[in-house]
Amino acid sequence: MNALIKKPAFKIVTLILLILLTFIVSLQTGAIQIQPVDVLRTLVGLGSERDALILFEFRLPRMVIALLVGAALAVSGAILQSISQNELADPGILGINTGAGLAVVIFIYFFQGSLTGVSQLSIFIMPLFAFIGAAFAAFLIYIFAWKKGITPVRLILVGIAVNAAFSALLIVIQLRMAPNDFMQATIWLTGSIWGSTWSYVVTILPWLLILVPLAIYKARTLNVMQVGTESAISLGVSMEKERRFLLILAVALAAISVAVAGGIAFLGLVAPHIARKLVGPQHQIMIPTATLVGAFILLAADMIGRNVLAPSEIPVGIVIAIIGAPYFLYLLMRTP
Amino acid sequence: MGRQSAVTTLEKAKARSKPSHAILVIGFGFVLLTAALVLSISFGAANISVGTIWDAITAFNPTLTEHQIIYDIRIPRALGAALVGSFLAVSGAIMQGMTRNPLGEPSIMGVMDGAALAIAIMFAFSASISGTSLMVAAFIGAGAGAAFVFFIGSFARGGLTPAKLALAGVTVGAFLSAISSGIAIHFNVAQDISFWFAGGLAGMSWSNLQMIVPVAIGGLTLAIILSRSVTVLSLGEDVAKGLGQRILLIKTLGVIVVLLLTGAGVAVAGAIGFIGLVIPHITRGLVGVDYRYIIPCSAVLGALLLVLADLAARIINAPFETPVGAMTALIGVPFFLYLARRDGRKL
Repeated sequence: MNALIKKPAFKIVTLILLILLTFIVSLQTGAIQIQPVDVLRTLVGLGSERDALILFEFRLPRMVIALLVGAALAVSGAILQSISQNELADPGILGINTGAGLAVVIFIYFFQGSLTGVSQLSIFIMPLFAFIGAAFAAFLIYIFAWKKGITPVRLILVGIAVNAAFSALLIVIQLRMAPNDFMQATIWLTGSIWGSTWSYVVTILPWLLILVPLAIYKARTLNVMQVGTESAISLGVSMEKERRFLLILAVALAAISVAVAGGIAFLGLVAPHIARKLVGPQHQIMIPTATLVGAFILLAADMIGRNVLAPSEIPVGIVIAIIGAPYFLYLLMRTP
Repeated sequence: MGRQSAVTTLEKAKARSKPSHAILVIGFGFVLLTAALVLSISFGAANISVGTIWDAITAFNPTLTEHQIIYDIRIPRALGAALVGSFLAVSGAIMQGMTRNPLGEPSIMGVMDGAALAIAIMFAFSASISGTSLMVAAFIGAGAGAAFVFFIGSFARGGLTPAKLALAGVTVGAFLSAISSGIAIHFNVAQDISFWFAGGLAGMSWSNLQMIVPVAIGGLTLAIILSRSVTVLSLGEDVAKGLGQRILLIKTLGVIVVLLLTGAGVAVAGAIGFIGLVIPHITRGLVGVDYRYIIPCSAVLGALLLVLADLAARIINAPFETPVGAMTALIGVPFFLYLARRDGRKL
């Protein structure tokens, strides 16, 4: 029995079961409770119209988005932690989220009026803007942290600075918005998957289907990176090129998440850690595990956010920060 | 460290300080500050000439609108900016000296986010809030936030490196502001609180000034009394012990000064970042490493910077006001980057 529990396969199966269980519970709970029997009936097409509307148009797309975004952030964090050789790296702390957020808010501010609400077009353009913003932030961080190479500490400090500058610009733009837009922007910036629709899913799913397998494909390179630069060079990996490629990969994943779910901090940090504890540091297995952990955490956090203060909702980003920050501090205290 | 070598270290440090520069900084600083205050008072939605300002001060006529604007709005705002700027700069100087951490400052050490959370709670749970209770809440919140960061720091394995303290500060800040946002959204007071968090001197009134003047007198006096001990602490605890300093007492008093000054600043002007980081470094560059000079000079230069930042915040996008907290962040971040790069190896 003990040997079985220690097997990675067992842990992965357990994770999948946990996700399924949370998924089922999450389908039933919310501002309107739906009985398990009715959920089943609705899923096979025999439920009431009201239940079908709630499940298919509101709850399911939102839960699928939670799973996808959780997975994307987890992979992004795992890559960042390996290439910076710093286990405290995370797209949120590094300012990549804020960069994407700033770009999207600029987009909303200038174009929202002309597009009347979140139109079909803006759903497809927003991820693009988010990517540009995130890439710009990553570029700035890379440039400023570069001084005969990149040290992990400098990377993080520069990330903190870029984050602060972008936040300052954000608040300048935000305060010029109409109160209604402002509230939306605030909720969105703290990270929320409220109002997700199937078009969001359709927009990001193809990207994730390319990027996540790509990260797993690069697992061996990531393994080498984590060992350290010098041994990596001696192993014949052309470090800077690989590092840049992986950085772009991580930024793209973070940007996609921010575009549909706003600035969710700490998930990209926590999920790879938990995965590493579960299955060890080998990226071939760690990255797939991290995607599951990330998906599970975000799904569960969204369920919590929907129910704790019901009928009003707590954006999922806040739930993650309240849970994730203490975990981060615990990690910080343990790191020598 | 023995007493003799401790004394030598202190003497060396004193040799690297420049008292004559300090006098110059304070002298010129006051002249510039006066000019900035006059500019700040004359500039606004209605531009007012210096002559009118002089009249309003020497021969106040309550029937003139311009005199009223000057007296009720412009003067308290300008003086408030000066006081808050000096509070934040002195807080930063004391934090950097006591922790020997170049990145020490109220806005990234949990102090501001703690105060902001306390204020968010006040906004959410009481319909009418008196200035005094806001200020008390801000003190308590600032204290709790700082205690949180230092608690984490002191239990960290391998001690409290500057990078760790910065990370702990940022994380505690994220945690506290997540709770603030939750409160803001749940109680539908997000924009009120954001305006306030962003740092604003627009609401400064004489009654606000009345509240912070006692803090200014008490806090700044205590800071100057402590300044010699801060110099000793900034040379390291070994030196401080060698010179027979009562480290615990000094640190406690230092923390109290920081909380008083930051709490009062946040309570009347919101979360204004990076002044506490930038000014002490600039001052150290000008007058050397003795905190007996750094603290008063920081006070003058901090006042000058915030009055100017507040003025810029009004000019850049007139007639709208740009949040002054964003202004100071945009000034402060390049400086932070410079420090992070310069001290990168040590950090």
